[in-house]
Amino acid sequence: MDFISILSIFVLACFVGYYVVWSVTPALHTPLMSVTNAISSVIVVGALIAAAAAGSVQSKWLGLIAVALASVNIFGGFAVTARMLAMYKKKERRDA
Amino acid sequence: MHDVAATPAWVLLAYLISGVCFILALRGLSSPASSRRGNYVGMIGMAIAVLTTLATHQLASLWEIGVAILIGGGIGLITARRIQMTAMPQLVAAFHSLVGMAAVLVGAAAFLNPEAFGIADMPKGTGWTVYAPGSLDLVASINPVSRIEMGLGVAIGAITFSGSVIAFLKLNGNMSGKPILLPMRHWINLATALAIIFFLYGFFDSQSPIDFWTLAALSFAIGFLLIVPIGGADMPVVISMLNSYSGWAAAAMGFTLHNTAMIITGALVGSSGAILSYIMCRAMNRSFISVIAGGFGAVESSGSAAAIDRPYKRGSAEDAAFLMKQADKVIIVPGYGMAVSQAQHILREMTDQLKEQGVEVKFAIHPVAGRMPGHMNVLLAEANVPYDEVFELEDINSEFATADVAFVIGANDVTNPAAKTDKGSPIYGMPVLDVEKARTVLFVKRSMGGVGYAGVDNELFYRDNTMMLLADAKKMVEEIVKALG
Repeated sequence: MDFISILSIFVLACFVGYYVVWSVTPALHTPLMSVTNAISSVIVVGALIAAAAAGSVQSKWLGLIAVALASVNIFGGFAVTARMLAMYKKKERRDA
Repeated sequence: MHDVAATPAWVLLAYLISGVCFILALRGLSSPASSRRGNYVGMIGMAIAVLTTLATHQLASLWEIGVAILIGGGIGLITARRIQMTAMPQLVAAFHSLVGMAAVLVGAAAFLNPEAFGIADMPKGTGWTVYAPGSLDLVASINPVSRIEMGLGVAIGAITFSGSVIAFLKLNGNMSGKPILLPMRHWINLATALAIIFFLYGFFDSQSPIDFWTLAALSFAIGFLLIVPIGGADMPVVISMLNSYSGWAAAAMGFTLHNTAMIITGALVGSSGAILSYIMCRAMNRSFISVIAGGFGAVESSGSAAAIDRPYKRGSAEDAAFLMKQADKVIIVPGYGMAVSQAQHILREMTDQLKEQGVEVKFAIHPVAGRMPGHMNVLLAEANVPYDEVFELEDINSEFATADVAFVIGANDVTNPAAKTDKGSPIYGMPVLDVEKARTVLFVKRSMGGVGYAGVDNELFYRDNTMMLLADAKKMVEEIVKALG
């Protein structure tokens, strides 16, 4: 892929992000933050490439540490989001 | 770029699908009902991205990667399970710092082993090469566009990391929430920013290791310098801003790796954080620049300074219980004080009792109540308050006029009528909840001494229709519940 196609994807994705995020209900802004946190850990892709590659020992170790850090975020981020979302309930359900 | 061009089409498609999954994950958050499914779609997207990467690269160290994922994943899962909902802002700040650090590490790894990332200009030894730091190993020349992308990714990642660490320390109470104002800080920041640009250019120009590491070090420094002067109460903006940065860092790395999933995600997260920062700034009637410049309240101490010894009405829990029992409609306004004293569960009990007695109860939430966007909503959801009884400022503000009681618990500045009338007030122009329009205002507050974070006195305390309930929020509500029973 050349730079211009990548840039096109990026710019269009910014617009998608703009419209999608404005449609998020304010009540869910905290889960929005935790889930964006989890998905921004897709940077793990870069970490995996570095960790898996032969060639440079330093690079491999940096990659492995990055994999561990990103994993904290991926598992922690999705899990805490799921935990929060499970708490949002409608009125009719409980009648204490 | 020749390595990347050879990527099979299915791989590109897989990353694209993963990116689309992330868009759907955010789209799901438009309503609580669809949000859980959205979260699962996000997980699927992540799994696709990870598996695709593992399937298409050389795997010289698979078991080490497995161990790294196990350790990280384990820590993440345990933390996610144990964390208290009141501590969500700290947790999110900590998570942001990890994304930032991961971006720096990936950037550094790409710098040391560019061939693995497919960003080398020419294979090692055939073209113009440089030496890796601390060794005589030759490193392949990185193509210049990738150098800029990498440099930016590392810089943004480093800023995200050190900024988030400071935000974490402030939110977690390890560091004073008071703004720490260095002398000449604007000049220091400006000089650091210019130096970062200078070294970024240097790295682009020569791929010099010195430029690369100085760039990283300066970026760590500026992240620290930018967040230290910002007061604890501006944290909703800061945490949203760092959210945005973590996205841009991922996007910059996506540019380096030509990876669609990373670019889409980076753009999504970047715009999400930017929009949240904007919403938070608007809710405080402050410009983004003034928040970043730091020091709320500290600068504007000239506003209506806390008045001492003005007469006010003080009530007891029994008075409050009586008033609310008689009411047709009660609107509860929670704020950060409720979170601090963990009063959300007992507050729900109170609303249950009132509802049994036929009182209509609603919750009104100001966008900046709490320490992060949506913080109050999560706390109320945790306490089993149904989300369709919780309303945002613009949806409920007109209803205060028809309410018999406005019950303010742990909120202060967001109810201050001075924001509407007093041009000299530091919070003038900030949208506030019109609680004073209710027939009676019950204001739970620890003591008359303290003022809100803006350091302004609240006119509301001294009004005829206001009754102050001076006690710890949780104790006061417990007593009210007793009196109602």
